[in-house]
Amino acid sequence: MSSIPPGVILILGSLLVPLLRGKLRQAWMLALPILSWLHLIGLPEGNLIELDLFGYALNPVRIDGLSLVWGHVFHIAAFVSVLYALHVKDLGQHVSGLMYAGAAIGAVFAGDLITLFVFWELTAISSVFLVWASRTERSYRAGMRYLVIQVGSGVILLAGILLRVNAGDGLAFDHIADAISLADLPSLLIFIAFGIKAAFPLLHNWLHDSYPEATPTGAVFLSAFTTKLAIYALARGFAGADCLIWIGATMTAFPIFYAVIENDLRRVLSYSLNNQLGFMVVGIGIGTHLSLNGTAAHAFAHILYKGLLFMSMGAVLHRTGTCKGSELGGLYKSMPITTVFCTIGAASISAFPLFSGFVSKSLIIAATAETGHTFVFLILLFASAGVFHHSGIKIPYFAFFAHDSGRRVKEAPLNMLLAMGILSALCIGIGCFPGPLYAILPYPLEHPFHAYTTMHVVTQLQLLIFSALAFTVLMRTGIYPPEKMAINLDTDWTYRRLLPGVWTVSARVVSGVWGAVLAGGVSCAVRGLRGVYRLHGPEGVFARTWRTGNIVLAAAMVLGGYLVLYFWE
Amino acid sequence: MHPDLPALQIVVPLLSAPVCVLLRRPRLAWAVAMAATWFAFGNSIVILRHVLATGPISYALGGFPVPYGIELSIDSLNALVLVIVTGISAIVLIGSPRSLEREVPTERHYLVYTAYLLCMTGLLGMTITGDAFNIFVFLEISSLSSYSLISMGRTRRAVTSAFQYLVMGTIGGTFILLGIGLLYMVTGTLNLADMSQRLAMTGANRTVLVSLAFIVAGTSIKLAVFPLHIWLPNAYTFAPAIVTAFLAATATKVAFYILARFVYGVYGVQLAFGELRLDAVLLPLALLAMFVASTVAIFQRDVKRMLAYSSVAQVGYMLLGMSLANVDGLTGGIVHLFNHALIKSGLFLVMAVVLLSVGSTRLDDMRGLGRKLPLTMAAFVLGGLGLIGVPGTAGFVSKWYLILGALEDGLWPVAVLTLLSSLLAVVYVWRVIEVAYFQERPADAPEPEPAPASLLVPAWALLGASVWFGVFTSYSAGVAREAAEMLLGGGR
Repeated sequence: MSSIPPGVILILGSLLVPLLRGKLRQAWMLALPILSWLHLIGLPEGNLIELDLFGYALNPVRIDGLSLVWGHVFHIAAFVSVLYALHVKDLGQHVSGLMYAGAAIGAVFAGDLITLFVFWELTAISSVFLVWASRTERSYRAGMRYLVIQVGSGVILLAGILLRVNAGDGLAFDHIADAISLADLPSLLIFIAFGIKAAFPLLHNWLHDSYPEATPTGAVFLSAFTTKLAIYALARGFAGADCLIWIGATMTAFPIFYAVIENDLRRVLSYSLNNQLGFMVVGIGIGTHLSLNGTAAHAFAHILYKGLLFMSMGAVLHRTGTCKGSELGGLYKSMPITTVFCTIGAASISAFPLFSGFVSKSLIIAATAETGHTFVFLILLFASAGVFHHSGIKIPYFAFFAHDSGRRVKEAPLNMLLAMGILSALCIGIGCFPGPLYAILPYPLEHPFHAYTTMHVVTQLQLLIFSALAFTVLMRTGIYPPEKMAINLDTDWTYRRLLPGVWTVSARVVSGVWGAVLAGGVSCAVRGLRGVYRLHGPEGVFARTWRTGNIVLAAAMVLGGYLVLYFWE
Repeated sequence: MHPDLPALQIVVPLLSAPVCVLLRRPRLAWAVAMAATWFAFGNSIVILRHVLATGPISYALGGFPVPYGIELSIDSLNALVLVIVTGISAIVLIGSPRSLEREVPTERHYLVYTAYLLCMTGLLGMTITGDAFNIFVFLEISSLSSYSLISMGRTRRAVTSAFQYLVMGTIGGTFILLGIGLLYMVTGTLNLADMSQRLAMTGANRTVLVSLAFIVAGTSIKLAVFPLHIWLPNAYTFAPAIVTAFLAATATKVAFYILARFVYGVYGVQLAFGELRLDAVLLPLALLAMFVASTVAIFQRDVKRMLAYSSVAQVGYMLLGMSLANVDGLTGGIVHLFNHALIKSGLFLVMAVVLLSVGSTRLDDMRGLGRKLPLTMAAFVLGGLGLIGVPGTAGFVSKWYLILGALEDGLWPVAVLTLLSSLLAVVYVWRVIEVAYFQERPADAPEPEPAPASLLVPAWALLGASVWFGVFTSYSAGVAREAAEMLLGGGR
C-alpha cells in the first residue's frame, strides 16, 4: 500500500465514477476521500518511493509535518466539497472535482520538482472544467483565461526546474532560496510560478475572473485547493524570503477596496480569499517557526471557513439563481439554517474569538509583532478590520438581511446543509479548542503558543468592537423597517469614505491606465496575428503548394548556401 | 542469434514483394505482407538485443571480405532505427485492408502491399548497410516505391503530389549520389567505416567540403528540413491513410539516420562541427521549422494536413538535437525520432479511422465527434499530449533532453524557444479537441460509422506505447543515449 502516492487514489477513483449509477455512485464519491485519508494516515513519515528518471532520483511521496497539515485539510475539503456537490447531476463536475482534489493532494506530498510539476499542471487542467461547467459564454472565456494562466505558471515552473537542474541543484523539492534576486534566474522563475498560483498582487486577476464564474459547487472546490497549494509550495521553498512580507502585506490590504465596491457576492469572497492569502504569505516571509506554524494553521482554518462561505453563497445561488448583493436580501426568512452557517463562516473569517480564524491568525500577527515588523503589524490589523467589513458584515448582510428582496425560496438541499454543518462545527471547534490544531503544526516552538491571552483577545476585540456592536444591532434589528438598517448602511458608507475613498479613486485610475495598456497590447497583438496569418494562413506563403520549379530553386539555394558558407571557411 | 539474420532482415521483405504480385488476391497479398513485416519486426528485435548485449555486428555479404565487399554493419543506433521501421510497418499493416477498402480499388490492393514491402526493404537497406553506394541504391528503391504508394490516394491531387515528391526526391537522391561520388574520389573506398578513417587522414580539402554540402542538402530534402519540406504536406495529405501513417513514421526517420550517420559517423564531429560549422546552418533551420511549421499547422483546416505540418516541426526538434552536438542534445534528437514515430503514426491511424467513419478529415466535419467516437478521439487527445510534450508522455522525454542539451551548450534562448514552440503545439492540438468535444455535431451531419477495431487497436497500441516510453525510458532514451555516446565518441 505504501507504494501508492496519496492523491492517486482520488485521481484513479474519479475515473471509476462514470461507471457507477445512482446511490452507488454517491456512496463511492463520498468513500473516496475517506479511503484516501485512511491510506494517508497509515503511511509512515519520510520519503517513501524512490524512482529514477534520466539519472535523477525522484521522490514522489514525501511525508512530513508540513505536508501532513495540508494533506489533512485537503482531505477534509475534498470530503465536504463532494458532499456539498452530491445533488449535482453533471458527471463531468464530479470527475474533475475529485481529480482536482487528488492532484492537489499529490502535489503537496511531492518530494521532487518533477512530481510537483506534473500535479501542478493536473490541478490546472482538471479544475478548469469546474469553471466551464457553468456552460455560459462568459464562463467559457473566463475558464480559457484561467487555463492559459495556470498552464503558463506550470511552464514557467518547468523552465525554472530545468535551469535549476542545469545549475547542478538537482530535483529535490526543499528550501529553494532565502532571497529573490534577478541574478538567480532559476529560483526567480520558480518563485513567479508559485506567485501566479498564489495570486500575488498583479498576478492575481485570474482568481477574481474565474472563481465567480464557476458553478455553485465548483467554486467550493476551487476555493480550497489551488491557492493553498501555492501557499504550501512557497512555505516549502521560500520560507524566510523577506520580499514575501511586503508582497503579503500588499495582498492583505489592496483587495479590500475592490471587495468593498463589488456587488457580486462570490466575487467579494474571491477578493477576501486573496486578502487571507496575504496573511499566510506574510507568515512565510517572516520565516520563524511561529510564523510558519501560523501560516499552516491559517491555511487549515482558512480552507474550512472559506469553503463554508462559498458554500453558503453557492446555496443562495442554487436557490435564487443570483449572487448579486443588490438583488438579494431578506433570505434569512426562507433559508434560516444557511444564514446561521454563513454567519459562523463570517465570524470565523473576521477572527472573532472562539472562532477558528482567531486562533490561526493570531499566530501570524504575534509573529510579526515578535520580530519587530511594526509597520506590517499595523497593515495586518487594518486588513483584519477590512476583512470584517467586507466578509463579516457585507456577505451575510446583503444576502440574508438588508432590504427584503421578496424572494421566498426553499432552504438549501440536505447534502448542502450537512456539508456546511460539518464545516461550521469545525470552525467553532477549532476556535474553542485550538489544541489539536496546534498539535499537528510542523515546527516545534520554544514556548507553547496560547491564542487566548488577554493581549490577543483585547486587541482583536478593540478592532471589532464598534463593528461588532453594529453587527449585533444588525442581527437584532434585521427584521425592522428599512430606516434602522440605514444606520448600518451608513457605517458602511463611512467606511468607504473615510479610508478607502482615496484608495478607490487611485485604484480606479490605476485600473484605467492598466486597461488602456492592455487595450493597446491587444490591438498590437491583433495586428501581429494578422501578419502571422498572412504568412502562415492556408493561403500564406508558407502553407501554399509551391510550384515544383520553385521548390527545386529552394533546394538549389540551400545547396548554394552551404557551398558559399564553406567557401569562406 | 543465427549469423545470417542481418541479411534476412532485407532479403525476406524484398522477396515477399514479388510474391504479392504473383498472388494478386488482396487477402493473400496482405497475409504475405503481414508475415514478412512481422518477421522483420521480430528479427530486428533479436538483432537489437544482440547488439545491446555483445556490441556491433559486422556481416560480410556473399562472404567477400570487408572493405572490398558489401558490409552490413549494425550498432545500437541503426539497430534502434530498424526496430522503429519494422515495428511501425508491422503495426500499421494490421488495419490496412479495412482502410484501403475506402480509398483504393480492390484490384490494386496487391500493388499497395508490394510497394509497401519494397519501400520497407529500401528503408531497412539504407539503415542496415555499411556501404555508401548501397545507401543510394536502397534510397532509390524506397523512394520509387513511396512515390507509387502516394499516387494511389483517392483524389487526383495525389498524383500531382507524388510527382512533386518524385522531382524533389530525385534531386535529393542525386545530391546524395554526387556527395558519395566526391567522397569516393577523395578516399577511394565506399565502405563507411573505411571512409571515416581515411577522411581523418586527408582532412578537410575542398572536395570534402563540397561532398558534405551535397550530402547535407540531399538528405535535407528527404528529411523535409524547412524550407525543403514543401513536398511533404501534400504527399502526406493526399496519400492513402495507412501509407501516411507508415511513411510519416519511417521515411523521414531513416533520412535523419542517414544524415546523422554521415555527419557524425563519416565526417566526424571535429570536421563537421568544429571546422565546418554545420550547426550554424542546421540550428537556425531547426528553430525556423519548429516555429513556422507549427504556426502553419495552427491555421490548417484539414487535420491530416495539420499533422503533416506538425511533422515538419517535429523534424525541427530532431535536427535541433543533431546540431547541438553534445550527448544530451543528440540523445534528445534520436529519442525524438523514436517517440515521434510512435506518436505520429498513431495519430495518422486515428485519422484513418476518422476518414473511414466520417468520410473526411476536415476540422469542420469533426465537430462533436468526441461523443460519437469516444475511443478514437481519446486516442487523438493522448497523441496530442505527446506532441505537446506533457510529462508522462514520450514527447516530454525528448524535449527534456533537447533542453538539457541546449543548456549544456549555454544556449538558453534555444531552450526557451523550445518551450515556447510547445505552446504552439498546444494551440493546434487544442483546436481539434475544442471542435471534437466542445462543439455540437450539426444536425444535418451524417451519423459516423463505428470505428473499426482493426485500425483502432493498432492506433491505441502505438499511442499507448508512447505513454509507456514516456515513463519507462530505458529502451528508448537508454539506447538513444548509448547511440549518441557512440556517435560522439568517433563513429563506428
